[in-house]
Amino acid sequence: MSVQQLSPVIRHPLAKGASRAGDRVLRALTALAGLAAVALLFGILYQVFHQASLAISKFGLGFLGAGEWNPVTSHFGAADFLFGTAVTSCFALLIAGPLSLAIALFLTELAPRPLRAPVGALVELLAAIPSVILGLWGIAVMGPALANTIEPALRSVLGFIPLFSGPSSPAGLLPAALVLTIMTVPIVSSVTKELFGSVPRELKEGALALGATRWEMVRLVILPHSRSGIIGAVLLGLGRALGEAIAVTMVVGHTPGIHASLFATGDTLASRIASEYLGATTTLQISSLAYLAAVLLVLAVIANLIARAVAGAASVPGAVAR
Amino acid sequence: MTREELQIRLEGREGHLRRRRAVNLAMEGLSTAAAVVAVGVLAIVIGSVIVKGAGAFGPDLFLHSEVPFGEKGGGVANAIVGTALLIAMASVCAVPIGLLVAIYAHEFSGGRVAFALRFVLDVLNGVPTIVTGIFVFSLLVVGSGQTAFAGALALAIIMLPIVARAAQEVLALVPQAIREGGLALGLSRWKVLLRIVLPSAAGGLLTGALLAVARVAGETAPLLFTCSVFAQGISLNPAHAVASLPLRIFQLAEGNSPEEHDEAWAAALLLILFVLALNLLARYLYARTRSRVGQ
Repeated sequence: MSVQQLSPVIRHPLAKGASRAGDRVLRALTALAGLAAVALLFGILYQVFHQASLAISKFGLGFLGAGEWNPVTSHFGAADFLFGTAVTSCFALLIAGPLSLAIALFLTELAPRPLRAPVGALVELLAAIPSVILGLWGIAVMGPALANTIEPALRSVLGFIPLFSGPSSPAGLLPAALVLTIMTVPIVSSVTKELFGSVPRELKEGALALGATRWEMVRLVILPHSRSGIIGAVLLGLGRALGEAIAVTMVVGHTPGIHASLFATGDTLASRIASEYLGATTTLQISSLAYLAAVLLVLAVIANLIARAVAGAASVPGAVAR
Repeated sequence: MTREELQIRLEGREGHLRRRRAVNLAMEGLSTAAAVVAVGVLAIVIGSVIVKGAGAFGPDLFLHSEVPFGEKGGGVANAIVGTALLIAMASVCAVPIGLLVAIYAHEFSGGRVAFALRFVLDVLNGVPTIVTGIFVFSLLVVGSGQTAFAGALALAIIMLPIVARAAQEVLALVPQAIREGGLALGLSRWKVLLRIVLPSAAGGLLTGALLAVARVAGETAPLLFTCSVFAQGISLNPAHAVASLPLRIFQLAEGNSPEEHDEAWAAALLLILFVLALNLLARYLYARTRSRVGQ
């Protein structure tokens, strides 16, 4: 960097003024763009909360616990949608987490070298499928398969658990959770793959030299070494799952309510906003939907913040993973 | 130690080792199975789209616009044109600004500002797209109605952090030595940037832009409130709402007739081919830049 301070001295004196001005213009221009990005984030936060202010002042924090959503009587509460969002996202991550770790281990430790890059690219391509197409697939292909074969099978084996009881339908919480699983696996697996790849080779070889099997090496060296990064990766996936609107709205079934069964239909924060915002009639209804959006925004931002905080210095690929 | 004792011990060890090996084998099997499942799901989804979309996939799909409700036939020509317009407008807005943000973060600011900016971009990247839609709706659509411009702005907001983060990473790949070489030869910083750094990073920068385009080409949620109520026929007027492929698929999928569903699948096939092609191209360019610049 010291060269930069030297360079004006070396340069031709006549060129000095013009290039200094050029440097200053470029610096100002780029700084302005940086400022715009920061302003954009705060602008989004401000606008959403501003729109929600009517509902916030009317319902307060009780909104979060109230179960009723009735545009006719103007009673609005977020509890059913919070429940739907929590169940679908958490269930999705419950499947996607272990699955992604296993995929990442396969890609870093097990797969034959020539297979690693192509298989990794294929898994990441899952993230490239537009959500509307996953939703279409979910309701037309996966939903019927779940309702006709998988859910009855689950019910006959695990039916004593309320989670797997009750009638099935092509739409519902389980299809929504599975669609979200498909969306989060590429994110979590690509981040954990980077983490596993950064475990020092000596540690891994040391464990193997001491007689550990490959799995013991994974359990004793790789997993402890990347623990915080794994939590960060899962939270990053959670942030994505919380906010998904279109695919979920297509498969979740649009019925508010809190059910013990995963086979039941439900609704989520993002899906309710997507389906109702444009047709909302009263200002209170619009404001309540904006309140849902504000809650969603806060949840997503918190998930992302914690993800970055626990991941710490571990770089999180932002470009390739969504 | 008697012979028997030793034997028992060794056999115990052997049993122990056998169990460890079995656990290892099981875990390796599970791990491989997980990868097979992920690739299998990708194959099933793409396969379903191809099988179900091939029937209605033909010249009619590209050459005709959507027809009034109840009439037969029609295609997605207006949606293709609309998506192209939205993507072009969003890219014109987001790519230069994203690039400038990255240049500021990587070339002009200190470590702490760069870190903060990266943080802001990551959070921005985490904003649910439906919320972005509400933001643009409250900013531009309330009072004056939906426009292609509003839809493009929503898409641009989604593109910005993707472009900027990717550009930051690519700029970091350009070796410091060639910057210093340029400066040592008496070039000013902006000339070093424009003539040396950006050209050598061009492929990677293009990758970021392509990935961002691929991402927003399939976005439906941000268009729902900003650009979803449009007149029939092909429109290139940014002051009116235009049709778009993802939104059209969404509307067709919610329809009741089998014809609508067939058309939804055909449009989905078109969209998925476009998005996958962009992704593969982006990956290819990135790999090429990486091998060329540094590393």
